[in-house]
Amino acid sequence: MSLDYVKFSTGFEKFMPKEYRDMVEHGPFGRKVSVSQMGTFKEILEEHPMCAGCAMTLFIRLAMISFPNPEDTITVGTAGCGRLAISQAAIPFVYGNYGDQNGVASGLSRGLRLRFGDKPKDVVVMVGDGGMADIGFSGTLHSWFRKEKFATIMLDNEVYGNTGGQESGMTNKGAVLKMAPLGKKFEKMDMVSMAKVAGCAYVATVVPNNPRRVESVIKKAVLIAREVGPTYIQAYTSCNIEYAIPTDKVMEDAKNVENDRYQFSEYITDEAKQYLSERYGYKEFLPKPAAAAAIPQA
Amino acid sequence: MSESLEAEVKTNPQGDPITSMEPEQKTNPQGDPITSVAAPKTVDVKKDPHAEAKKQRMVTPEYMFFEAPRTKEFITGSEAAKEAVRRSNVDLSIAYPITPQSETMQLIGVLYGEGYVKEYYRGEEEYGVMSAIAGASRAGVRCFTATAGPGTLRGIEPIASWPGHRLPALAMFTCRVVNAPLAIQPDNIEVSYLLNCGMIVFHAENQQDLFDFIMKGFIISEKNDVTLPVGVACDGFFVTHARGYVHMQEKGIKLPPREAWRGAVPVLDAENPPARLSRDAPVQKSNFMAYNIHAVWQQEVWAAVERSRKYINQYMGGLVTAENVEGADAILVASGSAVAQSREAIRLCKDKGIQVGLIKIRSLRPFPIPELRQLCAKAKLIVIPEFNYVAWLAKDVAAAIYGYSKAKIVAGPHVYGGMSMPVEMIVDEVTGGLTGKKSGNVPMSAIMGTDVDQAAVAHFMQNI
Repeated sequence: MSLDYVKFSTGFEKFMPKEYRDMVEHGPFGRKVSVSQMGTFKEILEEHPMCAGCAMTLFIRLAMISFPNPEDTITVGTAGCGRLAISQAAIPFVYGNYGDQNGVASGLSRGLRLRFGDKPKDVVVMVGDGGMADIGFSGTLHSWFRKEKFATIMLDNEVYGNTGGQESGMTNKGAVLKMAPLGKKFEKMDMVSMAKVAGCAYVATVVPNNPRRVESVIKKAVLIAREVGPTYIQAYTSCNIEYAIPTDKVMEDAKNVENDRYQFSEYITDEAKQYLSERYGYKEFLPKPAAAAAIPQA
Repeated sequence: MSESLEAEVKTNPQGDPITSMEPEQKTNPQGDPITSVAAPKTVDVKKDPHAEAKKQRMVTPEYMFFEAPRTKEFITGSEAAKEAVRRSNVDLSIAYPITPQSETMQLIGVLYGEGYVKEYYRGEEEYGVMSAIAGASRAGVRCFTATAGPGTLRGIEPIASWPGHRLPALAMFTCRVVNAPLAIQPDNIEVSYLLNCGMIVFHAENQQDLFDFIMKGFIISEKNDVTLPVGVACDGFFVTHARGYVHMQEKGIKLPPREAWRGAVPVLDAENPPARLSRDAPVQKSNFMAYNIHAVWQQEVWAAVERSRKYINQYMGGLVTAENVEGADAILVASGSAVAQSREAIRLCKDKGIQVGLIKIRSLRPFPIPELRQLCAKAKLIVIPEFNYVAWLAKDVAAAIYGYSKAKIVAGPHVYGGMSMPVEMIVDEVTGGLTGKKSGNVPMSAIMGTDVDQAAVAHFMQNI
């Protein structure tokens, strides 16, 4: 809830829901927090019913800490493991129909822009690999081609975890899963390339065992989506149940997968670089020194 | 024309002399002179395409519906829908082409160009469109879309979830055949799928109804104790593509905007204190909580449908209209284009000396159960003509008046697949129903009354 739009008269704060007061007094609402401060503030996502050792939950926690403006952020999801955690966060979450997320987010972000103009209301889609690459594929690609301004995050556990371990389009070729009894017969879908082709202004792949990197890509994706265009983050968030990864080896697996086939990658358009440097002071995207020398110092 | 100019006369590619005074006049590839005149270059003032829309004056729904002067126009249903949207202060509209709806939504595009609609785009297909309408309604803006037949079914998953999410919006359904086999003809079978969604459903008889129901639908949809989507159905082509007289208010006035804070549930604009959607273990998977929550939510959605009655009465003058029902030999109960055909059938019956009344059902959800029970209490024969095979209206009417009327009910005539409905078919059912002589055209059955014919009941059940 926006801190700028609604101001409580002195003495009335206590009538606000406890959840909200906690977020203001002890959480990230109205102040900057970082993943490096985890454990020292109340998080947007605390309790959840996810399996022990779930890498996806860690990623969602990190992502929510990284939202640049959590009190004005609305998340959109669909069926899948992720929504079981996201729905327990202290920020609004839309859970509509199967694979409808990028359609819903298109209407939501356009509607919010009509009502609030330039005041940022960040819309973030966060769904699983099946929800996006399979059942939500058309809506996702079309939202990118239409240049809808919101961030899309794939929680890629390479399987339908919530329904009990079936093959998805993002499963690796050869993997034996339910509904793929002889092993998956085609390659993992290359959503990263498709995001670039479809016109995303920012595309990144990450694994959750580097919190600062997760924070960095989430922030960039949300900020760029405000004004430049669609953004896409594909996060490897292993399913330790369906892939039988021992709980204490989940991070080790993430590291191995990162080294093997999920290397960190970041694609950013020139327009997005310029936007981040000019609007949000990203030094890494400032013009090269030679060009900068020509600009008088303020 | 001067001598010197005559000497310079040019011909077009067909050899016809170009008689224009401008020697440099151009022709199009067909050889016709291009007669449009470019704006003088010296005038550099661009006309604001939104100028007219910006001048629109906001009025109360009461003034708009009951007091504002109206003029009579002869327009198509699509144009009537466009004019209704123009006056309805619509924020966002999403289009996807399907016959016979395409013209309506491209006309809404014209309104977007003129600034009457603030946001508009062509979606990827109906599932995406209906999902985006859900997103936009959650953002708190007033939304309009339209579809037809297969498009309705493609979008039915999100459409059916709108009421559960308590999303005010207005969707127009220009009914057509549902495949297969492929056809684009009028047939209102799709209404039967919409009836059980939990949304409010109106059925327009003609262009005037379409115009009025859309505008009034927005206002009813957004009432706090309603907060539901409204579907306005009409029979494709008969209403969308044909012209009829529509009494319209001036285009310089519009309804008040949607006020997002009025809804029964908060919109998702992050301006309300957030609540964790589920605080305990997954609500949907917990047996006890899942039953409880879903059951009471369904009850509330349908209770909200019921609560819309008072607004339908207030703004639309009732869920039904009734004409000459008292003392009639027979009553026709119809909705949509079947009403128009019924009116003509009634005239033919009158020529035969048969007095036939008419009950026009405007609102299918909520369904006018008390109204029908009262109006049909003394009826002897009820004939229900429909533009579909399954007789969804006859089923609802029979269920509504069961135990409240001794009338014989004829579930027919039915036409479907795009057939028109010759009025003689309706007359035939009326005379057949009165004489007891079975119609040769369509199934006719008595399902209630003093002399219940079990064979006829079986026949009726088989045919609905």
